[in-house]
Amino acid sequence: MTNSNYDAIVIGAGHNGLVCASYLAKSGRKVLVVEAAATAGGAAASREFAPGYTVSSGAHLLTQLNPKVASDLALQRHGLKLAASDLKTVALGQDGKHVIFNGANLSGVSAQDQSAYAAFYQQNLKFAKVLNGFFSKRPPTLVDRSLGDTLSLLKLGWDVRTLGKQDMQDLLRVGLINIYDVANEHFDSELLKAAVSMDGVLGSHMGPRSPNTVYGYLYRRLGDFYGMKGPAVVAGGMGTVGAAFAAAAEAAGAEIRYNSAVARVDMDDCRAVGVVLESGETISARTIISNADPKTTLGKLVGYPQLDAGFSRRVHNFRARGVSAKLHLALDELPRFTGLDTANTGDRLLLAPTMDYIELAFNHAKYGEYSQAPAMEINIPTVHDSSLAPPGKHVLSAIVQYAPYELKGGWDSGHEAFKEIVLDKLEAYAPGIKNLVSTSELSTPRDLEAEFGMTGGHWHHGELSLDQALMMRPMPGATQYATPVDGLYLCGAGAHPGGGVMGLAGRNAAREVIRQEKAA
Amino acid sequence: MKKPHDEDMLKYTPFHSRVKAMCQTNDWTLWAGYTTPNSYENIELEYFAARNSTGVFDLTPMTKYRISGPDSEAYMNRLVTRDVRKLKPGRVGYTVWCNDAGMVHDDGTIFHLSEGVYRLCAQERCMDWLQCSAMGFDVEIIDETEAVAGLAVQGPTSCATLRKMGLEGLQNLKPFGITTFPFNDGELTVSRTGYTGDLGYELWIAPQHAEALWDALFEAGKDYMIRPMGSEALGLVRIEAGFIMAWEDFVPAEQMVRHGRARSPFELGLGWLVDFKKGHFTGRKALLQEQQNGSRYRFVKLDVDGNKPAEHSFILNKAGDVVGHVTSAAWCPTAKSNIALASLEMPWGADDDELFAEIYYTRELHWTRLLSPCKVLNGPIYEPERRRMTPAPNY
Repeated sequence: MTNSNYDAIVIGAGHNGLVCASYLAKSGRKVLVVEAAATAGGAAASREFAPGYTVSSGAHLLTQLNPKVASDLALQRHGLKLAASDLKTVALGQDGKHVIFNGANLSGVSAQDQSAYAAFYQQNLKFAKVLNGFFSKRPPTLVDRSLGDTLSLLKLGWDVRTLGKQDMQDLLRVGLINIYDVANEHFDSELLKAAVSMDGVLGSHMGPRSPNTVYGYLYRRLGDFYGMKGPAVVAGGMGTVGAAFAAAAEAAGAEIRYNSAVARVDMDDCRAVGVVLESGETISARTIISNADPKTTLGKLVGYPQLDAGFSRRVHNFRARGVSAKLHLALDELPRFTGLDTANTGDRLLLAPTMDYIELAFNHAKYGEYSQAPAMEINIPTVHDSSLAPPGKHVLSAIVQYAPYELKGGWDSGHEAFKEIVLDKLEAYAPGIKNLVSTSELSTPRDLEAEFGMTGGHWHHGELSLDQALMMRPMPGATQYATPVDGLYLCGAGAHPGGGVMGLAGRNAAREVIRQEKAA
Repeated sequence: MKKPHDEDMLKYTPFHSRVKAMCQTNDWTLWAGYTTPNSYENIELEYFAARNSTGVFDLTPMTKYRISGPDSEAYMNRLVTRDVRKLKPGRVGYTVWCNDAGMVHDDGTIFHLSEGVYRLCAQERCMDWLQCSAMGFDVEIIDETEAVAGLAVQGPTSCATLRKMGLEGLQNLKPFGITTFPFNDGELTVSRTGYTGDLGYELWIAPQHAEALWDALFEAGKDYMIRPMGSEALGLVRIEAGFIMAWEDFVPAEQMVRHGRARSPFELGLGWLVDFKKGHFTGRKALLQEQQNGSRYRFVKLDVDGNKPAEHSFILNKAGDVVGHVTSAAWCPTAKSNIALASLEMPWGADDDELFAEIYYTRELHWTRLLSPCKVLNGPIYEPERRRMTPAPNY
């Protein structure tokens, strides 16, 4: 059966796919979103992992949702509700002496560190503003530029120049280096430095000493620029975000079909003309936009034989090795972290005592091993949202690093042993927590890949490093959402500016589709 | 005593003992890692052997890849610009392959040895590109350069010589056909192909039979004025035939350093090799765009006035502006023409353009500058009827 009533088909109802579909539908196009799963949101998902216990099974905090996208799509009207916002970040000390971040304000460190951090925060806010300007547009190509590309580059140059001499020099200096050096340059407190480093390496196959980690850090500062003093916990889990995006897309006129996995992109005369579902059904449209990651979209759904060999090599070499595992615990009661005020238990908790601790944890991943002493970002959403667990019970969600996608010996044998290491580490910070666990679940990058269809189980659909970012994202030949395959676009985290529940990739992609179709 | 460094480094073809014995000029060169002769005795004699009797050229250093597996046809079709599906088993096809930008990596021949088994025969090594092209295909690629020895046997009496050697029935092999004969206890593969623009064959055999093949060939060719030829004489016949050569007439795209110096098939006069109807192949999109927007260069064969080869000459228009340059040139004795292959900037090289080759030559330290008028040649320069005749004439 062939159905050809659509102007555009979006592959995948992840948040960027839905954002893209919404803008396209608003432009008057007839849009279909095809989604393999039974629900919307992609990695912004909620899942019951034990009877009565629900957790955000992918992303667990809302850090940097773009406010323009949120208001354009009226996400609040479509059901997005925050259970808590402006979460503090707590850098846990095993001895009970914690460092607490509240926006630009710190407690638990010296007055000198406090003022250094406040200055650091303000400076990064300015850098985030520059990035946001650049993130909100189609990235320019570096050769064969159009006038618009040249203007984008000039605007970036202008934004950097108008930072002022000192800030400009600092941005150009630190932009390419590692967070380890930058943190050492500014701060004394080990916990503070480790917490800053965590923001540079979360989700990445990088340690604090890896180049590009400052970029990763700045990337997360977009949330600060958007006026969030800290991450937010979504009522009902991150699945609510997915549902709100889906409702917004449907309200805009897009149609969403669930349980409809795409087997391949339908090609005719070297042009993308539709999608073929795993059921065998073919649906055609003038334009196909993929929210799937670049390797899945180009390597699998289109297939290397349909691409030029040199471009195939770039797709193949695109780095997308996830190292973040998700830990989900069903707890009989609220755990107590040593020395932590219960008022802070629902905040964003970081388990990483020093930068070297994180670097050593990363060392294992380099050689295909899991960390013997992993670093974690922990949240207990049930502190703010009791609907996620039975009365009095709690759910803990943690991002655990490092768990390499390719584990020596395989995850089948390594899975339980790593989970035990993670639980023991938690126990060291929250004595007694292991006894509270009624169900535990560890999703390795392989599990995340299977659950969300992301190559390598990588949140950003591919490493966010400068050789794969900005005007290089995901790879030369596909940096402006359009791919070398006529009629096929990318709109997911693999496209500029990248992942995190932000929505800009989807919005930029929709604008590019509209622009190109107008030009044609 | 330790062998000199260069003798350790260079490879010898399996014919080397015979080649060395006949190479009176002791004029050796390096070709793809092999020691090969520029000439054997006299370039003119070698040239005239290829044109009037039989010239033999050791082409073992040509890079040979064997490509097989369930997806080999689809793989080849995505690799090269021609429609490989039309190349039947037992046939050879000339083609080019391009990078993503539609720039030529190399030109060469595809031998469809048997159903789904291909040999790609090329000037440049390109395993990296072949491997990178293999993603998504179930194919096996083997470099068999060293495993297959090759001899080109070219010229009017080539068929007669080979028949005398025992290859009876060879006269019925069509141009670009492949056939096999038993040879000693091995197998001799013969293709009616060559780089001379004349009747000729290429013989392919396992290295252990190479010397015996050479001996049998020269024994059979005694009465047919057989003569080995070096790369200098081959260079002359190929220019006369109008064939291009990597590094002379184009820079292989994969090895180009300076942006924009490579050439597309259209810019090498090989647009006829590009088939847009066959489905996707590497460079297709770029070549389609070039077809729509126009090429940067035009490749032409020029008949240059006089008899001074226009090697490395600039080509000027009537106003004296440089509009291109010569890539290969030679005075061609059989065509009796002063031939130049040239790359001209568009739109120059249209039929009625008046063009001049700026030629410098010296006679006993006396330099002369010529502005020789050139005429663009559209047809072949040298194409004897026997090249295409089947059965091949038996001189």
